[in-house]
Amino acid sequence: MECKIKIEKGKHLELLTLMNRIRLFEQIAEELFLHGEVPGFLHSSIGQEASAVGVCAAIGIDDYMATTHRGHGHVVAKGGDVNRMMAELYGKVTGYCRGKGGSMHISCRELGILGANGIVAGGIPITTGAALSAKMRGTDQVAVSFFGDGASDEGAFHESLNIASIYKLPVLFVCENNHYAESNPQAKHQNIKDVAVRAKAYNIDSVIADGTDIMDVYQKTLTAVEQLRKGNGPILMENKCYRWSGHYVGDPAVYRPKDEPLEWKTNRDPIKLYAGFLMENKIADSKELEAITEQETKRIWDAVEFARNSDDPDLTVAMEDVYA
Amino acid sequence: MPRSMTYRDALREALREELIRDERIFLLGEDIEDPFGGTYKVTQGLTEEFGHDRVRNTPISEIAITGVALGAAMTGMRPVAELMYVDFAGCAMDQIMNQIAKMRYMSGGQVEAPLVIRTQQGTGRSSAAQHAQSLEAMFAHIPGLKVAMPVTPYDAKGMLKAAIRDPDPVIFLEHKLLYNTTGEVPEEDYVVPLGVADVKRVGTDVTIVATSRMVLHALDAAEILAKDGISVEVVDPRSIVPLDQETIFDSLRKTHRLMVVHEAVERNGWGAELCALVMDHCFDELDAPVKRIASKNTPVPFAPVLENFVVPSVEEIVAGVKDLLV
Ligand SMILES: Cc1ncc(C[n+]2csc(CCOP(=O)(O)OP(=O)(O)O)c2C)c(N)n1
Ligand SMILES: [Mg+2]
Repeated sequence: MECKIKIEKGKHLELLTLMNRIRLFEQIAEELFLHGEVPGFLHSSIGQEASAVGVCAAIGIDDYMATTHRGHGHVVAKGGDVNRMMAELYGKVTGYCRGKGGSMHISCRELGILGANGIVAGGIPITTGAALSAKMRGTDQVAVSFFGDGASDEGAFHESLNIASIYKLPVLFVCENNHYAESNPQAKHQNIKDVAVRAKAYNIDSVIADGTDIMDVYQKTLTAVEQLRKGNGPILMENKCYRWSGHYVGDPAVYRPKDEPLEWKTNRDPIKLYAGFLMENKIADSKELEAITEQETKRIWDAVEFARNSDDPDLTVAMEDVYA
Repeated sequence: MPRSMTYRDALREALREELIRDERIFLLGEDIEDPFGGTYKVTQGLTEEFGHDRVRNTPISEIAITGVALGAAMTGMRPVAELMYVDFAGCAMDQIMNQIAKMRYMSGGQVEAPLVIRTQQGTGRSSAAQHAQSLEAMFAHIPGLKVAMPVTPYDAKGMLKAAIRDPDPVIFLEHKLLYNTTGEVPEEDYVVPLGVADVKRVGTDVTIVATSRMVLHALDAAEILAKDGISVEVVDPRSIVPLDQETIFDSLRKTHRLMVVHEAVERNGWGAELCALVMDHCFDELDAPVKRIASKNTPVPFAPVLENFVVPSVEEIVAGVKDLLV
């Protein structure tokens, strides 16, 4: 791990805090789901925290972001309130979507979160549209679209890159390549190793980052966003990472080689890597790091209490917000 | 000898027997290969038996899944494509609506498109707005598509075989809450033809026409109503295109009261079509206006309390039948 730019200690600790918050949110939500307390289905982003936090740290609250079914981490990284997130997972009225969206549809207008999405690649054109809007309104906002390696096989991905290219839109397409599309390993669903090569077909720039190395992701995103704000057109970023759990909580992931998850967990744990970096460089000591984990554990359990104590939505809520 | 088996196993048995029967048949879809065996595990074990050539994983590319199935069907193969959720048909709608449905017609009868699109729909698992719709009316509205909606394991197996053997495209709508339900399935080869309704319960006072999982709700309601001395006949059309109108009308001629129940939203739902058909053909038989029980006109909400609220319940059906009789 390498940091070539000046980052204040406070910022470092903030990044690590967010990564811990994501990990703990996912771990605890998973546990509650398996106990039958959380309905629907859940997709955990454990193992991909560096991508979420590294990218979102490089954009502002005014910038737009859209994500996928595996979106909890991105929402937390963009500043999401874990109380309202957890309440949404519980289907409670205090949740971001008043219990009508659930895990796969969390959105937050004030934070520029255009929404998680149940449709693979569904968010990519929407983000592109937000970038078009920013450009037409003459703001310097950028839009970030998170999606997976699997999503890059959808027409929506290709059409979005093409239109963003010809319109020169300030959109950062962030492919979190965790090497699986549900049960299908990357080598079986696309004949390429780097999704980033697909940028060439649309004559746009691309950048590949180690999605387990937050410093790599963060610095590369800063550079990319600077380009976007200059009006130089869209960029495809690929963060190589790994999802530690199955595709959804409860999926035993029998389609993966047995040692593969262990290998990533042992050698490429984004949180362990970053904590190690902070200690080696004497930016923080183990006490400080432990305090962060403790604080975030408490924060998530408080969120669980918040969700548990919140009300179910009134039945009339079901009938509201239908356009027609 | 009939055996008891799940809806899931019955579907798998149909696929397996058809794969053995006809070499032109192959399966394609997302995550259908072993060891995963499909999100709802319908295709589990089939790759091991038939190989990756005939049980093919696809990328997440619904346009290609449906379009490739069509191209293969037009040129001598008999594909069975799987869309993991009916909601993803949204991504594939050009191929389904503009290509698959119209190919024989547009070509003046030159080409056939013997393909099946298997998918599953429905609520009940808090899957929310993009994973729980019931879209049969959308398909049924497009001339050229057959639409099957089996509820029992027996029907599921027999109708899937009929769909695969059919020379035309069939949209085969399973229901996500039915996969673990069980029922009797014969050991020997059989087919349940599309367009043949099934009277799932005989009665004399009211006819309920219900589809897919709502057949089970209607049967539960009929059981409750029987205790009050009300005799309900439950008719399952099994496929809404083609539709066995006569079985429905025959029932109506006996009961003179009709209710239609479906899980899709009420507005422009299939129930409206049935009402219109009854007006056209059997108006004089009606002793009361036809009653529709269907989901409320909203996207499917996530919270279990809300999901339950928008979807028809057994109690609603019971109350509706009583209304029909006053
Ligand atoms: C249009 C569409 N097709 C299929 C699915 C089912 N599905 C949900 S997530 C997923 C895999 C997505 O893979 P990837 O894009 O790599 O994201 P990851 O799950 O790895 O984060 C699939 C097939 C869906 N939700 N939407
Ligand atoms: Mg992936």
